[in-house]
This record gives sequence, C-alpha cells and structure tokens, in this order.
Amino acid sequence: MEQTSTQTGDQGLEKSVARLTPDQIAKTLGEILKSEGGARLKAYVKTCMSCGLCADACHFYLSHENDPRFSPAGKVKQTIAPLLKKKGAVDPEFIKRAALVAFTQCNLCKRCVMYCPFGVDVAWLMLFVRRLCSRLGVVPQYIQDTAHSHSVTKNQMWVKEDEWIDTVFWQEEEAAEEVPGLTIPLEREGADIMYSVIAPEPKFRAQLIYQAAVMFHAAGVSWTMPATPGWDNSDMAMYTGENEIMGRLKRAHFEAAMRLRVKRIVMGECGHALRSVHDMGNRWLGWKTPPVPVTHAIEFYWELLESGKIRVAKKLKTPVTLHDPCNVARGLGLHEKARDVMAALCEDFVEMHPNREYNICCGAGGGVINCGPPHKAERLAASSAKAKQLFDARTRGARTIIAPCHNCHGGLEDIVEHHHLGMDLKFLGDVIYECMEKPWKKDEEEQGR
Amino acid sequence: MDWEPGKKSVAEPSAWSQALLVELAVSPDGERLAAVLREEGSARVVVNGEPWETSFDKAWYLRFSPDGRLTALVNADMKWTVAVDGKPWEAAFGFAWNTLFSRAGDVMAACVQDNGRYLAAVDGKPWKQGFFDLSDLVLSAEGGRTAAVVQAKALAEGDVFAFDQGAFAVAVDGKPWDNTFVNCWTPVFSPDASSVAAQVRTSPREYTVAVDGKPWEQGFACVWEPRFSPADGSVTVPARTPKGWALVRDGRPLWDKTFAQVLSHEYSPDGSRVAAVVAPSFGKWTVAVDGRPWRARFDQAVFDLCFSPDSGRVAATVRHRGKWTLACDGTTWDESFDMVGPPVFSPDGSRLAARVRRGDTWTVFVDGKPAGDAYARAFDPVFNDDGVRVLVRGISARGLYFRQVVAL
Repeated sequence: MEQTSTQTGDQGLEKSVARLTPDQIAKTLGEILKSEGGARLKAYVKTCMSCGLCADACHFYLSHENDPRFSPAGKVKQTIAPLLKKKGAVDPEFIKRAALVAFTQCNLCKRCVMYCPFGVDVAWLMLFVRRLCSRLGVVPQYIQDTAHSHSVTKNQMWVKEDEWIDTVFWQEEEAAEEVPGLTIPLEREGADIMYSVIAPEPKFRAQLIYQAAVMFHAAGVSWTMPATPGWDNSDMAMYTGENEIMGRLKRAHFEAAMRLRVKRIVMGECGHALRSVHDMGNRWLGWKTPPVPVTHAIEFYWELLESGKIRVAKKLKTPVTLHDPCNVARGLGLHEKARDVMAALCEDFVEMHPNREYNICCGAGGGVINCGPPHKAERLAASSAKAKQLFDARTRGARTIIAPCHNCHGGLEDIVEHHHLGMDLKFLGDVIYECMEKPWKKDEEEQGR
Repeated sequence: MDWEPGKKSVAEPSAWSQALLVELAVSPDGERLAAVLREEGSARVVVNGEPWETSFDKAWYLRFSPDGRLTALVNADMKWTVAVDGKPWEAAFGFAWNTLFSRAGDVMAACVQDNGRYLAAVDGKPWKQGFFDLSDLVLSAEGGRTAAVVQAKALAEGDVFAFDQGAFAVAVDGKPWDNTFVNCWTPVFSPDASSVAAQVRTSPREYTVAVDGKPWEQGFACVWEPRFSPADGSVTVPARTPKGWALVRDGRPLWDKTFAQVLSHEYSPDGSRVAAVVAPSFGKWTVAVDGRPWRARFDQAVFDLCFSPDSGRVAATVRHRGKWTLACDGTTWDESFDMVGPPVFSPDGSRLAARVRRGDTWTVFVDGKPAGDAYARAFDPVFNDDGVRVLVRGISARGLYFRQVVAL
C-alpha cells in the first residue's frame, strides 16, 4: 500500500501546525467537543459499524485502487474517531494529518451517505473535523485566504465595492450593444427577483452576467442586483469551518434581498452556494428555511423555458452529456429539471453513468479545489473514477460536458486536461444564450432587408 | 407642503422622451418625479420633464435628500462624482458610490476611490488620507462626521498570517484608529457623534466591540451591530455567549434571557427602551422589547425593526407562512401580502403605514387598511405632522406618476 505523505507544501498547514502544542490542542478541542460535539456527532461515530458499504461510493477510494484509507469510514477512523476517543488529546502531527484528510481527501459530496445502511453523514463528520482544525488555525492557505476575503468584502475574491459595480456597468454596456434597450438594474427596489452570483463571475467569467442579462431581458423578467455587499452568494467559510463568517455572509445576502423587497432570490449556476444559502448558512442563523425563497438557476431556466418566456431558436447539435453537481442533485433533487432543460436545448444528449443523485463528484467540490495548487496533484490522483465516467460518455459520442456549477467546471476542466479526454465544458446558461430566440436579431435582419 | 386631500397627476415620464428610462425617484413632498434617461452613450437626469443642464456619460443612484435636493452619481470624462440638483461636486474621482445623507439632508457623503486609494468625501471634500480599501461608511446624524472600515495596512496576496495580525481599523473623518483588528464591521456613531463603536475580530476566533479603537475586555464567539444608548451612552451588541445569543451592554449581559439568535437591535429615540429581533427557538422569530419577547412567533423572518418617534411603539415587517405583513407591539395586521415596505409611523406614533404588494400592484395601508389607490409602483408613505393625512406616491400601470393625499 502506497504511503501518503503529510509533507504538503501548504503553509496554512505546515506553519500553523508547527506552532501548536499538545496542551493547546487538548484545551481547544476539549472546549469545542464539549460545546459543539452533541448527540449527532456521537450517534454517527458510535453507529458506524465499519461495514465498508460506503467505500465503493467514494471516488477517492475508487481512484486509489480501493485503498481503505480513502474510504469514508477510513477517513473517520483517521480523524474524528481517535480524536473523540482521546478527548482531543492528540499531537500536532495528528492534527495535520486530520486536516489533510478532511480538507483535501473528502469533497463533502455525500454520495457515501446514500449507501450507508444507517445514514451516517461522513461529510458532516469531515466538516466537523474541519471546524476543529479551523479553531486551531490549521487550514490550507488558499481556502483560508478565500474565507478571509469573505470576512472583509463578503465575496470570495477580494472584489471591492467599486469593482463590483463597475463590472456590472461594463457588462451592461457590452450587452446593450447586442440588445438595444437592455439594462442590468442595480438596486431596483421592488423587482420580482434579486439575481445573485458568485465572485468568480465578476472576476473571471463576466460574460455569464452578460448572458444572464440577455436571457432576463428576452424573458421580460423583473430583476435586480444589489450594489452593496450581499451580491455574492458563495461561501468558502462554510468549508473552512468558520461558521461565524458563514452566518455573516448569508445574513448580508438575505438582508440585501429583504432590503430590495424582492419576492425571491434567483442564484446563478453554483452548487456549494446553494448548500450555504439553502441549508447550512440560513440554519446557522436560525432560519429553518431561507427567509426569502431561493431558486437555483436550473429551476429558473426550467421555468423560463416551460412558460415559453424563452423560446429555443435552434438546438445545440454537438453531442452533450450532463454532470449533475452534488449540491444541486443530491442536495436539492434538481436533476430532472436539469434534464428537461437539456432536452429543450440539445439534439443529442448522452447520459453519463451513474447519474442524477448517484453521479460521481467532479473532485473540486467541498472546497477541495479552493485548497489550491499545493493539493492539485493529489486532487487529480483521485480523479480516475470521474475520468472513467467521462470517458465512457465520450466513447458514446459526448463531446461537451454541461455542468451547472462553477467549482465543477474548475474540477472537470482539470480532469479533462489531465486525462486527455478532449471534451469541452459549458454552463446551461451558455447553451441557452447560444440557442435562444433573440427577437432583436429578427428586427435587425428585417431592418437590414 | 400641500396636504389638501386629493389626487393629482404630476408627471408622465414616457412622454418626456424616446430615450430609455432606467431609473426613477420621487421627492419627499411628492411634487417631483426624477428619472435617468439614457440614449446614444449619454445619460440625462430629468425632473418633471425638465432636464438638468448638463448631461453625463453615465448617471445612476438617483436619491432625493431629506431636504429635497436631488442627487445622482455621475460619470464624465472617465471620472465619477456626486451631482446635486444638476451641479457636480468640484472634485471627481476614479469611482464614487453609496451616497449618504445627514438626518436633515444638509450634509452628503459618498465612498470614493481615486488612483487605487479608498476614502470618503463629504459635500465634495475628500478625506485627507486614503486607504487600501473602505467599506461600511456612515455619516453622523447631524452630518458633522464620517466613519468607515478601512484596510489600514497592506496585505500581500494570500498572506494569511499577516491577516491574522490585523490590518483593519475604523477611520473617523479620515483618521484611522491606532489599533488594527482582524476585521472591523458596521461602525456607528454615538448620538452626539463624539464616539464610534464597531464590531471587531480581535483574533481569528474572537469577536467583540471596540469603542473609539479600544476593544472590550470580554470576547464572544460572534457579535452583530452595536448601538449606543441615547439615554446614557452605553453600548449594546447582540453577542453569542456560551448560554446562547444575548444582548450585551458594555461587555455584560443586559437581559436575563438568551435566545437561539439575536439579530438587529434598536433603541427608542428617548433611549428608555431597547428592542431586538430574536429567535426564542430555532426557526421561530419575534421581537423582544426590554428582554420580553412578543407572544407572536413568525416562522420565516422579522425585519425593519423600528420604534415610533414618540418611543411608545415598536414595529417590524414579518414573514410567516410565505406571506409578509406588519407587526406592531406583538399584534400583526389582519391581512398579509406578497411584499411590504418598511413600517412608517406617524410623528405621534398613533398610526402605522407601509406600502404593500399583491400580485403586480402596490397600495399604501394604514393601520392594516388600504389608503389611496393601487399603483404599479408605490413609494413609502409620508404622514403629515398630526398624522391625520398620509401622502401616497405611486406610478400607475400606464406610467403616470400621481401624488395623492388621503385624509384618515
């Protein structure tokens, strides 16, 4: 069995662990275990029978030739189980190893939960380990920096307030060149929806804001975006275990929507943000359900197509496959609506196997890709199960992968490149923008005639 | 201000121009409707059909100040500034945003960025010193002072260890506190503007309040926005304690009860009472006044907490079973809506109004009953001094702007 190194090259782990003392670990973890390690933690750890049924569900285990250390139960045995047994009295090297396992060897994808006869939620346990590590200051550097950005700017990419507004203006200007009369309405109080995105959109993928604006304009949607913090729905603090920052982010997001008096929030194509908005962040704050209803882009596209507000002018001819993001499929069951959208837009759809709630994670989720370059090689070493699934779809003709999630894009792009799969990636929004009827084009053509 | 009951059509913006109308604002007295019109790469602000003398490359964020002056954020020659009644501030910047007004509207401030430095400008005069970043700008009630969270020290990209040492402070009138913190949030002025309190993170895992740069000795797992008591100048903050969320005054619990959550809190204008949005248990929301929660519970949200000007009543917007309405002193209006605007009390506190939305129409409701006509868009109601008349400002489905005074 190959030995896993704990030399990470990650200063967030190495330097932080070097500063720890056993006393400090025992004190901090003892406090957290006492205050936050309730019945759920004990029930999960005590219920696990080590039956191993979870193992085959895990792409880390499958990609590492069934090495039991990478099985979900194996990860529990290397982290929280001994930690509980020793009541937090573990050494710094143990903490580093536990951080490495919890932050970089588990995507928190919850696929294993579906195979556990007792419903033990290993993702929740790994998040708890991350929480413990975070309280000790042991967090991979890149994702910690992202969480710091959240704490300062309330977005994940250090986008300053003027940069956000300016980017929206820029996209509005670009889109208005294509579509006469188009606006991106910032701060329009009383609109039907607040559209929220994640910070990589203004930072790297501004065309997605452009495309959304074109779609909403064509569909006659009454919408707005906040000019204040709260426009970013993403949340890496949820994945570093900084629940207090997570709560702060979600409060800003929902209070922006309440201040703007919108009926609901529509969020862009992101998976983890949905988990934060719909499940974890809202609940940490005490909101059982989101205080303002939240609609994921998949559902919203489905509504626009189903109602005829967006009409399809031509279908995409390239054979496509669909990657079901964990948080929107296993998390919220949006996989059938995603297929309805695909059916409306694509001529040649090749189903990936397994699919829907059984789909295999892209390997980027759970903040793993956000742990950055020091862990990329290890992430790709755990990608063969996903690559096999993609390759199978490719052999049956698929050339384009549609993935309605930002982190999935990052993970799948790396896998496609690493395994030389020769496939490209699109968001659903890319396809809608490409295939939708654009009435202004017809007007232009008629005028040209 | 004209309080004669009746309804009049003030403006029809669609008749003003063929240009694209991108934004609207209504004056506090309801006599003027302003719009940003955009065409051929320029933006023009128009008030009751009369354009400002100067047009701009861009204009947005139309806001009437409480004293009735009209402001917009405007861009010309690649520079941004604030224009007031058509006249731009003399100073222009790389960017300007978030216009703020003093209570009377006589002083205006905005966040500005110039050459990568971030600062505030008050009535066109920028702070002497700029920072790496700036957020959470506030203007004191009388307008004499400004405060904001600033990044006072440089941070190399990804330097998580330097971040933990603290690079953020509150700058008051451009001068940063001597102490820096891991984070600072939501500074607030004392009623006499002599002090500033803010949420701070003193270490990555400890939160507290700092007053004029000095943190409380007591640390907490989390805190929200602090407030100064108008009565005695003490500072209160919702804080997460080992027993639950509590309202804490000057570092010590103020109320004997703790909650699953305490969000925003507000003082009565006379400082004799304090109210907070609280969750007595998970998913159950209400308002607690002086530590005593209302009996009513709301399953989704409580927002817009406010006291009446006479300090006698407390109101909030509430969302329950998918519908919004208003609650006041523990009693909700009989009807519920798709959306409600913030509560507006009459000056003596005897009446309560808000605009409400059903389907695509907005109506003003006073004490739970409709007042005036339904509109496609309505603005917040305004009471006259003795609270017997309410001003309704709305835009009809045909795009006509009406000013309507309703006798109550």
